[in-house]
Amino acid sequence: MKVSKTNKILCLCALVILTQVTTTLTGTQYYLTQLTMAAYYGLVVIGLGVLMGYAGQISIGHAGFFAIGGYISAAMTTHNLVQLQDTPIISFCSQMGLLMERQDIYGDQLLTFAPWAACVTALLLAALIAFFLGIPVLKLKGHYLAMATLGFGTIIYRLVLATPLFGEADGISEVPAFTLLPAIGSLPPIMVSGDFGLRVINYYLAWGVLIIGMILLLNLIDSRVGRALRSLHSSEEAAEASGVHTSGCKVYVFVISAVYAALAGVLLTHYNAGIGPSEASVMKSVRYVALVAVGGMTNLWGTLIVGISLTFLSLRGVFGSYDDAVFAAILIGVMLFSPAGILSLRGCLLPSKQEIAPAKEENL
Amino acid sequence: MPSVGEEYCFKQLHVEGGEVVRKGYIRKVLLAGLSVAVFGFAGAAQAEVIKIGAIFAETGGAAFLGGPEARTARMLVEQINQAGGINGDTLELIVKDSGGSPEKAISFAKQLIEEDKVLAIIGPSTSGESMKIKRIAEDHQTVLISCAAAELIVNPVASYVFKTPQKDSFAARKIFQTMQDKGIRKIAVVVGNTGFGKTGKQQLKKIAPEYGVEILAEETYDKKATDLSALVAKLKSIEAIEAVVNWSIVPAQSIIAKNIRQTGWDVPLFQSHGFGNIGYVQAAGEAAEGIIFPCGRLLVADTLAENNPQKALLVEYIRAYQKRFNEDASGFGGYAYDAVNILHEAIKVAGNDRKKVRDAIEAIQNLPGASGVFSFSPEDHNGLSLDSFVMLTVKNGQFVLYQGQ
Amino acid sequence: MTVDLFFQYLFAGVTYGSIYAIVAIGFNIIYNSTGIINFAQGEFVMLGGMISISLLQFMPLPLAIIVAVLATMLVGALVEILFIRWLERPSVMQMIIITIGVSILLREVALHIWGESIRSLPYFYGNEITTFSLGSVHISPQVLWVIAACGFMVCGLSLFFKFTPTGREMRACSVNRTAAILCGINTRNMVTFSFMLSAGIGAMAGCVMSPITYTQYDCGTGLAIKGFTVAILGGLGNSMAAVAAGLLLGIIEAFSVSVVPLAFQDAIAITILLIILFIKPHGLFGSSEAARLRDF
Repeated sequence: MKVSKTNKILCLCALVILTQVTTTLTGTQYYLTQLTMAAYYGLVVIGLGVLMGYAGQISIGHAGFFAIGGYISAAMTTHNLVQLQDTPIISFCSQMGLLMERQDIYGDQLLTFAPWAACVTALLLAALIAFFLGIPVLKLKGHYLAMATLGFGTIIYRLVLATPLFGEADGISEVPAFTLLPAIGSLPPIMVSGDFGLRVINYYLAWGVLIIGMILLLNLIDSRVGRALRSLHSSEEAAEASGVHTSGCKVYVFVISAVYAALAGVLLTHYNAGIGPSEASVMKSVRYVALVAVGGMTNLWGTLIVGISLTFLSLRGVFGSYDDAVFAAILIGVMLFSPAGILSLRGCLLPSKQEIAPAKEENL
Repeated sequence: MPSVGEEYCFKQLHVEGGEVVRKGYIRKVLLAGLSVAVFGFAGAAQAEVIKIGAIFAETGGAAFLGGPEARTARMLVEQINQAGGINGDTLELIVKDSGGSPEKAISFAKQLIEEDKVLAIIGPSTSGESMKIKRIAEDHQTVLISCAAAELIVNPVASYVFKTPQKDSFAARKIFQTMQDKGIRKIAVVVGNTGFGKTGKQQLKKIAPEYGVEILAEETYDKKATDLSALVAKLKSIEAIEAVVNWSIVPAQSIIAKNIRQTGWDVPLFQSHGFGNIGYVQAAGEAAEGIIFPCGRLLVADTLAENNPQKALLVEYIRAYQKRFNEDASGFGGYAYDAVNILHEAIKVAGNDRKKVRDAIEAIQNLPGASGVFSFSPEDHNGLSLDSFVMLTVKNGQFVLYQGQ
Repeated sequence: MTVDLFFQYLFAGVTYGSIYAIVAIGFNIIYNSTGIINFAQGEFVMLGGMISISLLQFMPLPLAIIVAVLATMLVGALVEILFIRWLERPSVMQMIIITIGVSILLREVALHIWGESIRSLPYFYGNEITTFSLGSVHISPQVLWVIAACGFMVCGLSLFFKFTPTGREMRACSVNRTAAILCGINTRNMVTFSFMLSAGIGAMAGCVMSPITYTQYDCGTGLAIKGFTVAILGGLGNSMAAVAAGLLLGIIEAFSVSVVPLAFQDAIAITILLIILFIKPHGLFGSSEAARLRDF
């Protein structure tokens, strides 16, 4: 019995609402904080899932795109432009409404770019970098591709660690809230902010973004591009011969997954009011790849469930100092006993007709 | 004998919450139970459990800080409880391992404040994490006693945020004073790429002109650097350099000492208080000889005068830490020691109340600690003076007071 | 730039390069017999260092190193037997993820055994500040040890793969496993053996570099990334090329310090690597023909 795509999405929506209502009724709303953060990480993971599972391209550098989103947005919304106020460029930006004035916690005047302007810049930049990086990188195969993406991630990590504008080792703090809709009448404002009072709104916001992201990706998989990708996954030569523009498809998906990561970076940075270099580290990239693998390479739902739940547990510090060790154990266990992802275990227990897509990553 | 019911009730108290300090601690709980049995039930009913959160980087890149800090904090809380707690109340320490990641620290801080409803948070170990939590602690009026070095944490002052390590600017001043005595005017600055190194570099650059010192070169090396001879070659080629200041908290600071001496460059080498760990001296071996650095008195506790207010507690801490964990105590563990100690003092006066504890900390005067003698004020949330540092040097693989030359 | 300075940078580069190369060689052995990259290679290096340091209390240095190498080989064999041996036709992706998992696991185990503090072996000859002078350039004798160990390994391995039956069988497994099985080679044992060999070589590397770089529970990751980079740059599977690539990377890094701040060193070095990789997608010394013949 196959559950349709729409029904799954509706189930997810229901679950999201149910969770919120339950936590409110039981007075355990604090769970929403980590659920919100996990949702943003989930966005990175599903974007990477499509790249790895459907386009068959590994990327050990996705934390780099997350960091591009987060850091650009954080730097633009915290770097004080008061001294440059009278320069033509800044006054032009000011007239265009790109700037925002506020006071910091110590009462000093701050003039920075508005979050939405920073957000758009960050996403565009991530897309551009992904595009120009994707063209040469995606020509590489197997371990060489892994190396190149790892290299990209390392470069970004090194740059944020070495650049004073990005706060070097401390990262950036005091990132303002991202107001999407100002307060209208008695309605509260909709803004991305870690404030406890805005938690429920932020929870829905994060999950809304995640669900929309999921719908778009599911549609992509079922579209022409998705079919092309699948053909490319089984045999690149055959796909090429039947007129599929393989390299174009790969770059397209690479850019999309980079934008997903960057968007997650932007939103989470505003939610956390800061970002640090650990978000750009190679270990983070490896974690994303591992989450996709544990969830099942060609199983976007599995990726989503695993990505959210493991991140949630880790953010709550459930495993204490054994966080990485437990993660590694799960990783090895799933890869040994159920290489098609944790959800495929279901298939072993309840044999069904539905064939689980075999993991064919020979050409990675 | 205490009744089974009492034992159970005690365990219950201690087990709820996150990771609790009393692993394998049943025996001591039993003892506590016994004492309660002696004094009767009334005492047990009134005793409260005061929750204190701690965020340390026990794993990850900053584990060399977080490890000793977490161990020290656990040991100290155990000692306090063993000695009957604070006014009969027991402390419960909930340690969270952030792995040095700000995003985890943020999540944990919110969790501790809201869910565990802790009285105060100790840590985090790094400046980056502390700066991200500063706002959260301030907004939710929870005392935060950071164990990170950056002066930025308490300057500008946020009313609920304190820190225990000495200010970077003091260390810089101590170094420059020594340079002045030695007639050094042109220096090179190298730092590790951690928050500690970053703020060190800022302070050195800011304060150097006051002492007429010129910084001719500044470089940042990776915290995981394996060899730095290229950097040393670059510095050595600048002939005007009269001294090198290496401001870092990572193991690579021993590597640079080695590389400098290997090239036969006998330039005076200054380090920061991040060098205050005998492990780094052992790692640098012969090359550590003659390094001059400012540090708290912990490392030279044995040689202090008997009437020094810090002497007794330092000797006791070093002994207890060494006995318990079979490793030498370092200045890093001392940061957590002070954090717990300050909270202890404040809770004694103010009880289990965030606002009152904050006020009590601000009122603390002349409290001896591991890093120095603390005297807080509304303007000074670090509480240490320039005097908390002494200049040390390395002689025959041991830390000794620097006597000038 | 003066001649002196030039040589100082050059020797710094050679030091870095030989450290990277010695790690990269371990990657190549397993790649050569199985076609997989073992991301836990850095942890073998760490284990070698850690075990020998712990053993030093009980025995003299050479014996401690030998026992540490043997112990790490045992760990390598265990890793293979527990996690890899019984997999039916594992995919490359599966292997990458499993070895990453193993690497994290080994690191965490090391953290809980040895703690987070740094340790190091004593210098094999002299002490921390002993140096040989070549003109105005000073070289620590330990660097010579690393270079010697590196050269010894490369020569030993080339001879082993070319002239011994086991070595030939291992190469056969790599080129075409089915054909190797048909020729009566026990491919599974060959894979176990290659894990032991590379673990041993990693451990040896960990011992000779420990006085220079120190050993900490998490030092494996950084070394593995550099080693992997170098193995790829040279062209996977070719130990001689790995040494050349390692030296190249080391020298680029050393000289980059003279023009840009040290903080950007890695970014510069890796950018150059990526550019090389875009121009020569199979590494400096790898050929695309050879790569096409492989399944992976």
